Amino acid sequence: MAVTKDTILEYVRNEYLEDGDDREVTYNTPLISGGIVDSFSMVSLKVFLETKYNVSIPDAKATPEAFDSVDNIIVLLKEMGVE
Amino acid sequence: MPSKPSNMKSYEEEVKTFSWDISKKELEYKDGDIINIGWYCSDRICEKGKAEKLALIWESSKGEEKRYTFNDLRLITNTMASYLKNLGVNQGDRVCLFMDKIPELYMGFLGVLKLGAIAQPLFSAFGSESLLTRLEDATTTAIMTQKKHLPKVRNILEKMPYLKYIIVVDDDGSKALREREFALNIETEPKIEKFDCFPSTAETKSVLHYTSGTTGKPKGAQHVHYSLISQYITAKYVLDLQEDDVYWCTADPGWVTGTSYGIIGVWANGVTQCVTDIGFTADNWYKFAEKNKVTVWYSAPTAIRSLMKEGTAAVKKHDLSSLRHLASVGEPLNAEAVIWSQEAFGMMFHDTFWQTETGSIMVSNYPGMKIKPGSMGKPFPGITATVLDLKTSEPITKKGIVGMIAFQPNWPSIIRTYWNNEEIYKSKFKNGWYLSGDRASIDEEGYYWFVGRDDDVINTAGHLVGPFEIESALLEHPAVAESAVVGKPDPVNMEVVKAFIALKPGYDQNKMLELEIMNFVRKKLSALAMPQEIEFVDSLPKTRSGKIMRRVLRAKEWGEEIGDISTLENDM
Repeated sequence: MAVTKDTILEYVRNEYLEDGDDREVTYNTPLISGGIVDSFSMVSLKVFLETKYNVSIPDAKATPEAFDSVDNIIVLLKEMGVE
Repeated sequence: MPSKPSNMKSYEEEVKTFSWDISKKELEYKDGDIINIGWYCSDRICEKGKAEKLALIWESSKGEEKRYTFNDLRLITNTMASYLKNLGVNQGDRVCLFMDKIPELYMGFLGVLKLGAIAQPLFSAFGSESLLTRLEDATTTAIMTQKKHLPKVRNILEKMPYLKYIIVVDDDGSKALREREFALNIETEPKIEKFDCFPSTAETKSVLHYTSGTTGKPKGAQHVHYSLISQYITAKYVLDLQEDDVYWCTADPGWVTGTSYGIIGVWANGVTQCVTDIGFTADNWYKFAEKNKVTVWYSAPTAIRSLMKEGTAAVKKHDLSSLRHLASVGEPLNAEAVIWSQEAFGMMFHDTFWQTETGSIMVSNYPGMKIKPGSMGKPFPGITATVLDLKTSEPITKKGIVGMIAFQPNWPSIIRTYWNNEEIYKSKFKNGWYLSGDRASIDEEGYYWFVGRDDDVINTAGHLVGPFEIESALLEHPAVAESAVVGKPDPVNMEVVKAFIALKPGYDQNKMLELEIMNFVRKKLSALAMPQEIEFVDSLPKTRSGKIMRRVLRAKEWGEEIGDISTLENDM
């Protein structure tokens, strides 16, 4: 499946912001260092990406930096061969 | 930073001469006096001539910085106490602090104590259900929170008629507040110069921290103002806090480390601390320590192991020469991490052991004492510790034999009860010992070596998570017929939550369902409670009476002997 930034962005907004939490999340918003996705929740984000894009992300690649923004995630997925 | 003499000159000497009276004398406290933690951490420091000394350097994830002196601390905590009083909060009322690591959390905590109310800090990542469980148990009167967490409170508001005041500390007026909601802005609120602190005495209730057990709902560990006697002196001797230190405690005040040593211990010693709510990345943390010239750093094994993964080179990019003492808490610190810290920082992390119920450090490695990497260290002077035979509950005299860590219950910060649960509180004591629920052995030189929990509670990244609470949440998912939750070994977090799930007829196991269940638990409880792994099974191992045998599943995960399974009803 083709990667779209908006799919990931929408998932992050829906899953990691409470209803009524009106913080702005864009492609380059810091997710991990900005406290939107914590290190435990990163696992569910990883499972989402793996399931959605049929890819296996090694733990060594699933770092806080690699998951720190939608833009970074896109770079990671491209590295994993997902276009 | 060049080494300087530590506060504890010699562990062996201190063991011979120590008495809690040393702490009382330094705090100028005599038995029967008024003792209010809020006053001791702010007004008293000002009276000692440190009013203009920095108490808090705070930095947000967006890079915003705020600085507060001890006089600011005094005025703002006065203001918050006065605000709560005028609102109608009374002495003994429970006031929940449900905030990220922002200044209002730290000031609010002391303000609540100055008023004589009970501070109930809760981890702001908790979901609505985790929040409700804890507020319901404590019949909490007021909650202080941020706009971003308000929806979680509103979700459950109808179920909480006892919750009279919801105080929003960052309301900007952009959206109308609702019934029972109030705005408080510590920057603009007129400062109260003089507030008459509640004349609390030793046994006046102070802090209510919720902690998880194997069965039942989380329990509220009730502390009293007298805990200060332990927290002050352990912060001074174990963390070695000194006049010119800049201290960084990475723990969140939603957990006991974040209050005992992230607020009380440090400020009762009149020491400057820095705090950030920035999320964890190695580079962010090193930058923060470098920028603030941190001298004493109290962190957790999970964080240390995460830093270790990034390697020594990442450390060397930063000037961390200000560091002079490192300590760790929350779970056992493995020998590799201790040795790595020597290589990376030029000094070892000192492991400390204690619990929500103990209120202060019980077993530790001390500045100047030989560290045996991987060991918990030795009991704090003034603490009588042992390991008890698991069957007889008698002290084990032979060295190297594993038993349950136990303490004579006579130190100042031991909990006084579990809220509404005196029966479970009483079960924590046997033969004159407080039972920790953790197992260890003691070697020939008196060092303690951690072995593991004595129950099914999961220690993930230093936070205790009860399997029952997660299993109950899982059963609310429409696809789940039954479930069992255990701790699975993890190289970074020590343990992570793993769920075994049998699905209801009509549901097929697949990755999307796995993800859906993970997110379901995360939103209901918290990310900590979210299973990091789900294994779908046809059925769960049970006793003939139908009780799920978690230990069978746990043994499988840990590669241990399963033990006696004569009561097992079905094959796995």
